This record gives sequence, structure tokens and C-alpha cells, in this order.
Amino acid sequence: MARRVGLEVSLACAEAVKLCNADVIAAYPITPQTHIVEHLSELVADGHLDAEFVPVESEHSAMSACVGSAAAGARTFTSSSAQGLALMHEMLFIASGLRLPIVMAVANRSLSAPISIWNDHSDIMAERDIGWVQTFAETGQEVLDLMLHAFKVAEDPRVCLPVAVNLDGFILTHVIEPMEMPDQAEADAYLPPFVPSQSLDPAAPVSMGMVGMPEVYTEAKKAALVALEDSYPVIKEHWEGFAEQFGRSYKPIETYRTEDADTLFVTMGSLGETCMTAVDEMRQDGKSVGQVRIRLWRPFPDEDFMAAIAGAKNLIFIDRALSPGVAAGPVATEMRALLYTKGKNMFTANFVCGLGGRDVTRTDFAGMLAKVEAAAAAGNEITCEMVGVKE
Amino acid sequence: MADEGMTPWKDLALGCAMTEPGSSKSFNTGDWRSRHRPVTDRETCIKCGLCWIMCPDMAYTADPDAEGYYLWDSYYCKGCGICIEECPKDAISWQEEKEEDKYGPACGT
Ligand code: SF4
Ligand code: SF4
Repeated sequence: MARRVGLEVSLACAEAVKLCNADVIAAYPITPQTHIVEHLSELVADGHLDAEFVPVESEHSAMSACVGSAAAGARTFTSSSAQGLALMHEMLFIASGLRLPIVMAVANRSLSAPISIWNDHSDIMAERDIGWVQTFAETGQEVLDLMLHAFKVAEDPRVCLPVAVNLDGFILTHVIEPMEMPDQAEADAYLPPFVPSQSLDPAAPVSMGMVGMPEVYTEAKKAALVALEDSYPVIKEHWEGFAEQFGRSYKPIETYRTEDADTLFVTMGSLGETCMTAVDEMRQDGKSVGQVRIRLWRPFPDEDFMAAIAGAKNLIFIDRALSPGVAAGPVATEMRALLYTKGKNMFTANFVCGLGGRDVTRTDFAGMLAKVEAAAAAGNEITCEMVGVKE
Repeated sequence: MADEGMTPWKDLALGCAMTEPGSSKSFNTGDWRSRHRPVTDRETCIKCGLCWIMCPDMAYTADPDAEGYYLWDSYYCKGCGICIEECPKDAISWQEEKEEDKYGPACGT
């Protein structure tokens, strides 16, 4: 029976990894991810989790060790943040290129400089193209649930790809939340033992990580690209299975009060919760607003997104990271390209906010809407605006 | 690029893994050689075996018909010149080869 518990989200994340019976955890501590791996190392040291905890000397080594352990057929977990994730960079491509089902929790944090331990999405946005499945959680419960889902998707023989679950640093990692904790039997029923589709086995030798000459590199990349695209129905299927078993349902694109809304906020991660409250308040004030939350970032669910925004006139893209040197933040840039390819011409605005842990409040959302109403009436796009910059 | 010998992307092993052992044997490093091949003068050769030891692509193998001498393989020799550099008697030297003769019989052996 699932228990109702009050738990720090980082610890819940670690407990979820325990429920998933991870075999190997290779990680290097970095704020705000620290409590996740700290708790896992305790669980292993105290004998509650029968796993190998590899205390590596850097994040580059962490992901390298994960590549090796997943290649050997072990259920593998790691976690990182910001500069740590950046240090993993080259190995992240190798994990997906070799089709290794590693699961990583990314406690989103801003990239230096200046040094900031606080939350935004600049770390993961710099890793958009690593070829991993990428999901975003909004609450502690979602973190817990998405961890189970991540292993289920990653190890599915139709997928065989690494999965990153994003949770906002501090805003989620360090908050104590009430949540439903499944018991071991329930977790086992959802996630059976890992049967690797291919592994380093002396009885059936394979070489992984071979050189790809120009005659094969393009084909290898095509295969990995299609694998990521084809993971979409499997991701959905395992969310549906999750809903059947646990009663909590997840969708690639979540919507809130989008019916008859003229203007939609597009958010990712924990900001979605604040935005939801702001939408309620704005609705009370008679504003025609709603909200779309991107849960599945890679592979991006084009059709779900287009369906979610079908009835809207204006879109407000919220970015938690900059893409210096182009017109807008990473989310807005991509979504505008999508709208263009789908032949959808509509008013869009882009606000970059919540950088380096700057609070984003309900009032901020109301302010954005006011600007959008004025700009839309005047027929001016808001290409990209950084919110709250002190002049 | 001619697509001869190329594998359709759907036929690649998971993660582009190599599932057959010894695949390097089919790798035609001789294709890298450009217009010159190393040729051994057996009159000068003292059968020390340094060329056989030093060749990075194992293009030299023991000659079964002439003990102590080595046969040169046009399919594997990439033309790096290491054997020429290492031979203590300067018994190996470059000889021009035409592209169409690239895999022709090894001369001078
Ligand atoms: S040129 Fe290089 S590859 Fe060719 S036989 Fe000599 S050492 Fe080997
Ligand atoms: S290195 Fe020179 S001398 Fe020695 S075996 Fe080879 S060709 Fe003969």
C-alpha cells in the first residue's frame, strides 16, 4: 500500500531510485542536487539499497562510469546540476549515441558566471541536443512519479535511450511536500527487473563505442534520431500505464483552463504552479487566460502542443534561460519555428524570467499579461523581454 | 561517395555496436596510401624483422616460402613510411605506384 508521507523532494527522488532498485549510482555532489545523492549513498551504506555507489572525482567521471555500468547491463542512476551537468557534456552524447538507458535527475540551476547556486533552466537548455528523453516535473510527487516512468521508458526495448528528469533546484529539491509513496510491490509491478537489450557479456561479445567512419556516422545518427522520435508513443504508453496503476496521470503537454482562453502562458517546471494560481486570479478579474505546460521537452510533442494552443489568439512563452545572440529565449525560438512550420500565424510574446533564482510571482504574470494586451492591441510582438531588470 | 558496402541505418546494431569479432580485418587501410608503396630489397635485407614489428597496420607477414623475409600486403599498408624509417639497412624504399595498380602484386619481394 502506498503511504502518504511528508518528505523533502530530494529525498523522495532518492527513495524513488531505491524503489526502482538501481544497481549502480555514480555521482558527484553539487548544490542543489546534493541531498539526492547524499541520501542514496546513505541508503546504500545502510544496506537499504543493494547497489554499487561509485563516489567519482568529477561529473565527467560520473557520466563515464554510468556509461560503463549501463553498458554492462546494470540499472544506472546519476544526478547533477549546472556546472556539473556542463562537465558531463561530452559524455551525455555518448550515452544516447550508444543507446544506454541511464536515468539522471537534473536539479536545475543557473550556469556561472557569476556563480549562482540558484534555479533557472540554463543548465538543461545548454544540453537540449544531447539526444536524451527529457521531462520536467512541477511538484515533488511528479518528481517521484517521473523517476519510475524514466526507468520504464529508458529500458523499454523499443527505446533504449537515457532519460533526464528535470526538477527545479531549491524550489523543488529543498521543499518538503506531502506525497504518495508507492510500496516496493507496487513499484516492482510497474517496473520489472532490467533486461538489457544489449550488454557487455563475455558469452556474447560486442564492441561499443566504435569509430564511425564517414560511411556510417550519418546512418548511426539517423538511427539514434529516429529512436528518440519513436520513443514518443512509448513515453505516452508508460504514462497511461502509470495512471492505471497509481491513479496519477501525466501528459506530454499539460493544460490548465485553456478552454475559451484568448491568451495562454507556456511554462516549464515548477513555475507552472505559480502561473496556475496567477491564471485563477486573472480569470477572477475577467481575463481570458489559460496555461500550457511543457512536460515532455524531448522528443518535443508537436501535435500535442498544437492541439493545446489551437483555440488561442496569443501565446506568452516563458523562458528560464537566455539564448544569447538570437532574438529570443530557447523555448520561444523553438516554439515560434514550430508555429511557422505548422502555418499558424498568431501573436507571440517571450519573457525571460526567474534567472539565477530571481522570484517570479503571480504579480509578475499579471504584469506580463498587461503588456501583452497592450502590445497585441497595437499589433506589436514582444520578441523577447527580460523581466524585472533593474535599470 | 559511392555507397558500396554502406549499411542502411535500419540495419545497424543498437548504438552502432560491433557484434562480429575481428572486423578490423576487413578494413582497407591500403586505401589511404597515396601514389607510393614501400618495397624491400631482399639483397640488402638482414631479416631482422623490425619492419614486421614496427608496421602499425601489420602489413608485413612472414614469407612462408623464404624464411626470415616478409611479405607486404597492399590491402593493409597505409603508406606511413615507418618501416622505411626503421629499417637498419635502408633495405626498404618508396616506389611509385599507379592508382590502378594499387592492389597489384607486391613488387620487389
Ligand atoms: S609504409 Fe607503414 S603501413 Fe606500409 S608497410 Fe610500411 S610501416 Fe606498414
Ligand atoms: S627492417 Fe629492413 S632489414 Fe629488417 S627485416 Fe625489414 S627489410 Fe629486412
